[in-house]
Amino acid sequence: MKQNYDVAVIGGGPAGYAAALYCARAGLSVLVLEMLGAGGQMATTEQVDNYPGFEEGVNGFDLAEKMQAGAERFGVESEFAEVTGLQLDADPKRITTSSGSVLAGAVIVATGASPRKLGIASEDALVGRGVAYCATCDGMYYRGKTVAVAGGGNSAAADALVLSALCEKVYLVHRRAELRADRVYLDPLQKASNIEFVWNAQIDSLLHGDKLTGLALTDRVSGEKKTLAVDGLFVAIGRDPNTALVRGQLTLDQSGYIVADETTRTNIPGVFAAGDVRTKPLRQIVTAAADGAVASKFAEEYLRSRR
Amino acid sequence: MIETITKENFAEKVEQAAGPVLVELWAPWCTYCRRLAPALDRLADKLEGQVAVGKINVDEQPELEEKLEAATIPMLYLYQHGAHGAHLVAPSSQAQVEQWINAQLQ
Repeated sequence: MKQNYDVAVIGGGPAGYAAALYCARAGLSVLVLEMLGAGGQMATTEQVDNYPGFEEGVNGFDLAEKMQAGAERFGVESEFAEVTGLQLDADPKRITTSSGSVLAGAVIVATGASPRKLGIASEDALVGRGVAYCATCDGMYYRGKTVAVAGGGNSAAADALVLSALCEKVYLVHRRAELRADRVYLDPLQKASNIEFVWNAQIDSLLHGDKLTGLALTDRVSGEKKTLAVDGLFVAIGRDPNTALVRGQLTLDQSGYIVADETTRTNIPGVFAAGDVRTKPLRQIVTAAADGAVASKFAEEYLRSRR
Repeated sequence: MIETITKENFAEKVEQAAGPVLVELWAPWCTYCRRLAPALDRLADKLEGQVAVGKINVDEQPELEEKLEAATIPMLYLYQHGAHGAHLVAPSSQAQVEQWINAQLQ
């Protein structure tokens, strides 16, 4: 990692590496700061079938490595460090990381989103002891057991289907009386004989000894309280944008996403938001990559005007 | 370098090791394990000579999986003088793993 770059990209998912690729091809020096490994949420997706160009689909981790390698071919540098501080209104902008400080003319924020937590007592302590966030990762540990999936959207529906093939019983616990999931999920969910819907249910607390043993629920319509004995709880209640770092500097919407239009420009000149972290109607790999390309255009324009 | 840990070499490479050993429980089908793998490779290089790094494939080592009470993966333990502290599950960053190790080093 050098001291100075034209552009620093925070986050090494599809938005970040697409932005980096386009910036590097425009002749800019680019650093990608990634805290774990390339790919973001995409890297934990077993099979990606909706990114154009792969007729058989592609593994998300493999696609991430290709995006990283494709950007590095044009001189992009990757640093695997955690960003701990940002001074975005400075010129150049200053970024503090777990590997030291760096200056950049423009910053592209592509920090993505993470699975949302329930936010109830013992949730963190029970991760790996009954509470999980990834059915395809941890489902095997609940083979033949009884589990609950919390949520009503596409990820909850997909998780319930994965688990129904492995587990004895799957409760789909949802706050409302119908799912938000796409139609393609509804038929298989109804047909799976071991999936039971628990509607209008609010999870009050997690019952546990060393491990999770059940859920305490309240029916949001009748007010009735009950418990559900489960060995595992898979939380799939949506995602939260990773914007803690920029809070107080960039304008965020009510849900915490960075406010930026299709130009990806934020309220601070020279700072751009690309991918899932930005306010937008559709969060997909292909729209994230598209954001990256657009961000590079406006970052280049900003840097030219600054000289 | 990352050692492959099995039930045959667990005592020698982990429990009786002179220095600290970072152990990861993983499986080939675990997507998050795959995501963590490059970070562990970099850590193994960075910590060479201070902390050894070993991996346990839970599909091939069911005895170790049970012994280490893995109920989710990837799960990490730091062994020192035959004992380990609290586990770390699915860390979100390389820095988090480093902080977790540093907090335990004696």
